[in-house]
Amino acid sequence: MTQTKNVEELAAICRTTRRQIVEMITAAKSGHPGGSLSAVEIMVTLYFDVLRHDPANPHWPDRDRIILSKGHACPVLYSVMAQCGYTPVDELKNLRKIGSIYQGHPDVRFIPALEASTGSLGQGLSIGIGMALGTKLDGRPSRTYVILGDGEIQEGQIWEAAMFAPYHKMDNIVCIVDYNRIQLDGFTKDILDLEPLTDKWKAFGWHTLSIDGHDIAALQAAFAEAEATKGKPTCIIANTVKGKGVSFMENNPKYHGVAPTQDELEKALQEIG
Amino acid sequence: MAVRTKYELKLGPATREAFGKALVELGRENKDVVVLDADLSKSTMTAGFAKEFPDRFVECGIAEANMVSIAGGLAAAGKIPFASSFSCFLLNKGFEQMRVAVAYPNTNAKFVGTHSGISIGEDGPSQMSIEDLALACALPGFTVMSPADELATIALVKAAAHHKGPVFIRAGRVKVATIYSEGQQFEIGKAIQLQEGTDVTLIAHGLMVAECLKASDILDAEGISARVIDMHTIKPLDREAIAKASRETKAIVVAEEHLVDAGLGARVAQVVSEEAPCLMEYVGVENTYAESGSPDGVLQKYGLTAEKVAEAARKAVRRKA
Repeated sequence: MTQTKNVEELAAICRTTRRQIVEMITAAKSGHPGGSLSAVEIMVTLYFDVLRHDPANPHWPDRDRIILSKGHACPVLYSVMAQCGYTPVDELKNLRKIGSIYQGHPDVRFIPALEASTGSLGQGLSIGIGMALGTKLDGRPSRTYVILGDGEIQEGQIWEAAMFAPYHKMDNIVCIVDYNRIQLDGFTKDILDLEPLTDKWKAFGWHTLSIDGHDIAALQAAFAEAEATKGKPTCIIANTVKGKGVSFMENNPKYHGVAPTQDELEKALQEIG
Repeated sequence: MAVRTKYELKLGPATREAFGKALVELGRENKDVVVLDADLSKSTMTAGFAKEFPDRFVECGIAEANMVSIAGGLAAAGKIPFASSFSCFLLNKGFEQMRVAVAYPNTNAKFVGTHSGISIGEDGPSQMSIEDLALACALPGFTVMSPADELATIALVKAAAHHKGPVFIRAGRVKVATIYSEGQQFEIGKAIQLQEGTDVTLIAHGLMVAECLKASDILDAEGISARVIDMHTIKPLDREAIAKASRETKAIVVAEEHLVDAGLGARVAQVVSEEAPCLMEYVGVENTYAESGSPDGVLQKYGLTAEKVAEAARKAVRRKA
């Protein structure tokens, strides 16, 4: 794989990622397209630009760590990891099938290059804090990135972790909230409103940024600002659109956890280009 | 009563004190050992480690779920974390985290729950732990231990640090009888036969091991020969020791400071039914929560005494005849 800072190149990788997401979920006949599509720019920017990692040496001790705490969005993770060379691209079609390394939620037993097994919401930030403490104790330059779902932060453990990291002045951890405003049962504002979201993270002591989560340049700038911020962790509120890139999925709660039909797949692929 | 056994059963330190001591020794031996606590370090006895190794002590505050997942993350980063709290809080509030951040990815994190059982006494049932072993044993890949005295605790805490994989150890608040002397070997998964016997086998863990030794003296005076086994490792069980006891004594009593329904007794019965069926009796907390009181008073009221063990043994021997 080649890392790149070029926004056009990253945008092209995002298109490939979106195609792979809808293809693999259609083949699986189940899965979570909406929250996978909303996190595409976040994940592509991290894996192809920001992250210090080496797919040929996945357990390199000085690597940066990344945890997709919203584990149900694993199609986006599997797509970027496969494009990086961690895992085979041609097996993406076996998502959710018996024996496949591409399990329904990320599972380190099947993909040892993963940092954590996720899927039970609310734990990724705490696990990431443990990794960030461990790498810091060993004097490593590693940084840890945790991607949270917006609905996920309704879990109480998130706020235990949110209280912990700033108190311990952990500037080697970054959390990104994929704020697509939709969860399984509907819009977050109708289920358990998260607002004022930025103020909450600020009040807990995080350096907090609110950006357009589909704007690659804005993501790059936010990650750079996070790295330059010393003495406190950074929380990036990435304002996104659930189902981004596929018109009939955008902002539609139905596509939180429903696979596209074959017809819908064809329409989706046309739109993604 | 004349003591037939070689065990004087002099009062020694609490197993939580032994745990604190073992941690400090481990800290000196291995720089990868990291200790976490949830605002109970003066009670769990991790405070000694915190004082000597402040950089490797993580005070998590009263947030057990966060603590357990952090331990999983530390283990994934190559550390050997020991996270501690009262057993009830660690297992009940951290169970989901032990499942997802520790058992499922099989990370090398260790957990020590102190103030286990009902012998904490005065603080009452909200702080007591009678389900911890059932919960810990329900986690695939976990090793689960309940040492009986100071030496056993130190040895098994150290063994846990060397063992690769998740471990839960329970320890107690109150001072307990000393059973072992220097030189005793402890091995994870290997039961220790403390006394030979032919009529019935008494199997126990934690502070009930000493009660079983006392019971064996009561029984001896009545002409009943009781074998006593310290089953310090609840998972994986020493199947061989259980099968041998079943075949040779044809009656087993399991005594434990835990719910009868899902503790060591139930696990031993499973092995017995598979390997060599025999009559069994159980001494433990019976389908209820206990209450406040002095530790001895609580143990007495809820039936965790040598006399109750002897009674169960007599019943087993009678049923066998």
